[in-house]
Amino acid sequence: MRYSGFKVIKEALTGHKGWTPAWRDPEPQAQYDYIIIGGGGHGLAAAYYLAKEFNQKRIAVLEKGWIGGGNVGRNTTIIRSNYLLDGNEPFYEFSLKLWEGLEQDLNYNAMVSQRGILNLIHSDAQRDAFIRRGNAMILNGADAEMLSTEQIKERYPFLNTLDARFPIKGGLAQHRGGTVRHDAVAWGYARGADTRGVDIIQNCEVTGFRIENGKCLGVETSRGFIGANKVGCAVAGSSGRLMAKADMRLPIESHVLQAFVSEGLKPVLPGVITFGAGHFYVSQSDKGGLVFGGDLDGYNSYAQRGNLPTVEDVCEGGMAIFPALGRARLLRMWGGIMDMSMDGSPIIDRTHIDGLYFNGGWCYGGFKATPASGFCFAHLLARDTPHPTATAYRFDRFEKGLMIDEKGMGNQPNLH
Amino acid sequence: MIIHHPLLGPRDAAEFTYMGDAKLIDRPDWQSETAAQEFYEYGYLRDNPAGWHKELWFHEAGDRSWLVVTRNTLTHEISNVELARDVARARGRSK
Ligand SMILES: Cc1cc2nc3c(=O)[nH]c(=O)nc-3n(C[C@H](O)[C@H](O)[C@H](O)COP(=O)(O)OP(=O)(O)OC[C@H]3O[C@@H](n4cnc5c(N)ncnc54)[C@H](O)[C@@H]3O)c2cc1C
Repeated sequence: MRYSGFKVIKEALTGHKGWTPAWRDPEPQAQYDYIIIGGGGHGLAAAYYLAKEFNQKRIAVLEKGWIGGGNVGRNTTIIRSNYLLDGNEPFYEFSLKLWEGLEQDLNYNAMVSQRGILNLIHSDAQRDAFIRRGNAMILNGADAEMLSTEQIKERYPFLNTLDARFPIKGGLAQHRGGTVRHDAVAWGYARGADTRGVDIIQNCEVTGFRIENGKCLGVETSRGFIGANKVGCAVAGSSGRLMAKADMRLPIESHVLQAFVSEGLKPVLPGVITFGAGHFYVSQSDKGGLVFGGDLDGYNSYAQRGNLPTVEDVCEGGMAIFPALGRARLLRMWGGIMDMSMDGSPIIDRTHIDGLYFNGGWCYGGFKATPASGFCFAHLLARDTPHPTATAYRFDRFEKGLMIDEKGMGNQPNLH
Repeated sequence: MIIHHPLLGPRDAAEFTYMGDAKLIDRPDWQSETAAQEFYEYGYLRDNPAGWHKELWFHEAGDRSWLVVTRNTLTHEISNVELARDVARARGRSK
């Protein structure tokens, strides 16, 4: 069924009796050409592009819970392509371009809103670094503009530009950045994949791999063995746990990241703002809640909930630039498990096991990557060669010293 | 989280800096034939278990000792805290 304004009006006038489920609930078949493990944004997008762009058939997505219950439904919904390094920027710009056409492509309202993102600058050194980054973005076909304090004041009069401790010295703006309704991304890709014949199988946990003579023949699941020619893993925070079942150790640690939403307010914040002297980012949802977050808690965790010191730290960051925030009450907070890699950049690669492919290490920037990650993973699965924008996301880059470390932090996952 | 420091008693985890898997105590032998491979694995690969995990916590805002904390990554429950020095010595390090 195609969604349209006409359809909405027709259904409104006829008692909404004509809507059908957006995807089927099929029983798993015995054998597929492709199995994607993980029904998050990346897994669903990979299945969608495999079917649509690469004309592949007999595809299943296996999800242990319900689709969209993982990080894709837990993030702070920010999209942008303001990276510095060659290995990253073309990939994230490719992703942003896919976001720009996504809703028409999927025939689904994902509420892609290019309201702009502004990275605040608080010191001269930071200005230099951000000018360099802006130039790198422009060289890669992205948009970037340096804003003065006056220009920022005009757009965001409530920002604390007077504070001597963290004075706002300007900002790097990417006007094409913004936010997207996160769970609609999972649902839109699921519907698009399902329409093209992909089986989305929920409540189906992968418990092991069947590997014989160095080849992966399929997966053991809570619903029995399912065979496949190729198996792609896209389970984000559960990467370490899942790949251990194939006896793999990854350059990844799982960490908890928290997010927060305030009570609904009248429109105050037109775009996305990030604080440059601490770690804090905020946007306002269309329902009016201020959606914000900051640093990881910093220790290995699979608990999907964090602790209070981080809450305090995030709120301090918020108060430093946006004192009015203190008047808003916090409505909800939650945590998600991040697949933090050793250099802060992801992996989209084959494993040493024939027929077993891996997508992970997204840290806390993987939501914006969803379309390109799905596209590039589908490319790798279908053609066995990396997509041109994802050639650097290899497993062996750590061994070879080819790290893509945007922040220059080294092999400390909790600092990326 | 409260960490029961062997010398100082119960301390807020916020006083500490988390330094990763306690297996990092077992630094490979730099003279080994396969040192390059071992250092790559040591530096970059992790077990990352869901469940009990022995890990290093540095008491940065305290007495600056390093601790080995046994903590459950599913519940954040802490079952054991030792001085990293004692653990390292018991494994034949830093004599
Ligand atoms: C609080 C928070 C804020 C964030 N903010 C941003 C942001 O503003 N911008 C941004 O770009 N990124 C952000 N991120 C990161 C982003 O959400 C993730 O990097 C991205 O969603 C990960 O990919 P995914 O959607 O495929 O993951 P998920 O949605 O987690 O999908 C993985 C799926 O795999 C399933 N699974 C796990 N194990 C198994 C198994 N054994 N068998 C079957 N299925 C399994 C899980 O149930 C899950 O549904 C944030 C993350 C968090 C937690």
